[in-house]
Amino acid sequence: MDRESLISLYRQMLLIRVFEDRAAEMYAKAKIAGFLHLYNGQEAIAVGAVSALNPDDEIVVNYRDHGWALARGCSARAVMAELFGRATGTTGGRGGSMHLVDVSRHFWGGYAIVGGHLPLAVGLGVAAQYLGTGRVTLCSMGDGSTNIGTFHAAMNWAKLWNVPVIFVVENNQYAMGTAYEVHSAVPMLTKAAGYDMYAEEVDGMDVMAVREAVCRAAERARNGLGPSFLNMVTYRFRGHSMADPDVQRSKEEIAEWRKRDPITRFADEVLLKRGLVTQADLDAIRKSVEEEVEDAIQFADQSPEPPLESLYDYIYMQPVSNMQIGGSLIRPPKLGGRVAPNGKR
Amino acid sequence: MPEITYREALKRALREEMQRDPTVVIWGEDVVAYAGGGAYGVTAGLAKEFPGRVRDTPIAEEAIVGVGLGAAMGGLRPVCEIMTVNFTLVAWDQIVNHVAKQSHMFNGQIKVPMVIRTPNGHGRTAATHSQNFDAWFASIPSLKVVAPATPYDAKGLLKTAIRDDDPVIFLEHLQLYSTRGEVPDEEYLIPIGEADYKRRGKDLSIITWGRMTIESLKAARILAEEGIDVEIVDLRTLRPLDVPTILESVRKTNRAIVVEEGWRTGGLGAEIAATIQEQAFNYLDAPVARVAGLEVPMPYARNLERATIPFAEDVVEAARAMMRNEY
Ligand SMILES: Cc1ncc(C[n+]2csc(CCOP(=O)(O)OP(=O)(O)O)c2C)c(N)n1
Ligand SMILES: [Mg+2]
Repeated sequence: MDRESLISLYRQMLLIRVFEDRAAEMYAKAKIAGFLHLYNGQEAIAVGAVSALNPDDEIVVNYRDHGWALARGCSARAVMAELFGRATGTTGGRGGSMHLVDVSRHFWGGYAIVGGHLPLAVGLGVAAQYLGTGRVTLCSMGDGSTNIGTFHAAMNWAKLWNVPVIFVVENNQYAMGTAYEVHSAVPMLTKAAGYDMYAEEVDGMDVMAVREAVCRAAERARNGLGPSFLNMVTYRFRGHSMADPDVQRSKEEIAEWRKRDPITRFADEVLLKRGLVTQADLDAIRKSVEEEVEDAIQFADQSPEPPLESLYDYIYMQPVSNMQIGGSLIRPPKLGGRVAPNGKR
Repeated sequence: MPEITYREALKRALREEMQRDPTVVIWGEDVVAYAGGGAYGVTAGLAKEFPGRVRDTPIAEEAIVGVGLGAAMGGLRPVCEIMTVNFTLVAWDQIVNHVAKQSHMFNGQIKVPMVIRTPNGHGRTAATHSQNFDAWFASIPSLKVVAPATPYDAKGLLKTAIRDDDPVIFLEHLQLYSTRGEVPDEEYLIPIGEADYKRRGKDLSIITWGRMTIESLKAARILAEEGIDVEIVDLRTLRPLDVPTILESVRKTNRAIVVEEGWRTGGLGAEIAATIQEQAFNYLDAPVARVAGLEVPMPYARNLERATIPFAEDVVEAARAMMRNEY
């Protein structure tokens, strides 16, 4: 990788980190509501993985999706506006934090039902195989998602049909408050072994290791060697979501993992050590990232809410004749409709 | 009488029944470790009080329900917690094809004394996390479906549900967990299948349950100031429906509005409205009206979410229109 590309990896990771920290602040200010699952600590995975793929390879992830969206090139503005629930967001304020999407970037979405997206990732892979597009599908999930039925169904199917799909487990060792040993009977790689699937364990706090592993898996898929399973060992630096008081993990454990911070580690062990950048360069990058996120916040805050009239948009992509707007539903007065079915109003 | 939260009322019911019957166990995701016990705190502390009887499970709702079913067949009384009602979808085959089939299809040889507790609710969590399937559950023969609105009802019904020999779907509500109400220290039970008048009135009957009972009570206060005297029938049990109480109220007031949080098409309101017109048509001075959630996947944006969910103001509007004979 050339110098510019390495610096770009760093900048992307830092952008995600700063974005998430500011999003947490905005949550505290009630600019953002609902569930907000932050990516702090796991930045190397999205950034490393995306850098290893072609821009038209497919990506499908879970609800911890801000980092993936940013790494795939969604603007900080569009992502922040979505968190704010504004018309300028990635889904016009409809999906919120857990359901980011940008199909133009082959980012097929964040999915908030654990395990729900695994079969559809296999399906994207089958479509690519069938249509001969040469595209690879990357599907990321949490460690806690590897116990649900769809995980096993998707693993078996992917292997059976030799589907060009890369399963990435972002193994942060907890599913909400439930530790790996409490939710899983066997080590992660044993699960892949059960399907005789090519598997690797990867340091998920090392962006280069992630990148190389995904490169290998993508090459296998493109060469017709089928699915891969990458167990990326990582850690989330914050609670499960902003609603999590994070009481079950010990302070010592968190501190221990923070020492392996993927961003400072990459700066120290690669960029500075190889003399690719100076501390002044890093400071300048931080400043530009902070400005970019501040701009995104201003943009989101000044963006309008989606119009009420848009509520029924896209219920169907293909209109149906004789349909009362909203199905059989009479629009209530707050939507400018009428309350009584006989039309007297 | 002391006031406690809905959450605390549920916990007391669980505690009392676990003390009473050693075969009662609690299984679910994050019922032990997360935030001291339970995604919404209902089981907080119970794992310590009852070692080995409250356990965190893998994220696998189909297995939480299925293993719970097997354990119920094998002699336990499992209380399975599904973190929110949205995740019961993963378990629907177990619920519909297994839990709800055993007693009748096997000709009374198998009983299923299990409870599936799960909350409805919303709160800016968008389409996959803000749903309400009350009507679906209520349409399944052999299930008992309960949806308490107050701490008092929550405690009494949960205790009954745990002792019941049939599977009970116990629908809680995120927006109700922190609401407070009077709950006596003495033990009491509330029978499944009995609706409750939450307010007596003469002008029209509001038939509702769960969170919409609370919204309807707010609406009733506003309407009372305008001289409209509504009666509120809180169903409490959604299956089997307490049809006699619904009819008793409607025959008195001659007007009915069914208020539900979920989608209108195929909702429980449709079933209740049809039942009223079949059995009390001659008593009606107006068509039975429905207030329901708008039929869209719930949007995240604040203004769109607010427009989608029914609130007291929607009940008020519907009641006014009915009293003006606009239906
Ligand atoms: C089917 C289903 N059950 C439960 C939940 C609630 N839930 C959301 S995230 C989560 C933990 C998932 O842990 P993991 O897969 O390890 O991902 P992480 O959050 O650690 O990235 C749970 C239980 C859900 N969204 N979907
Ligand atoms: Mg995890």
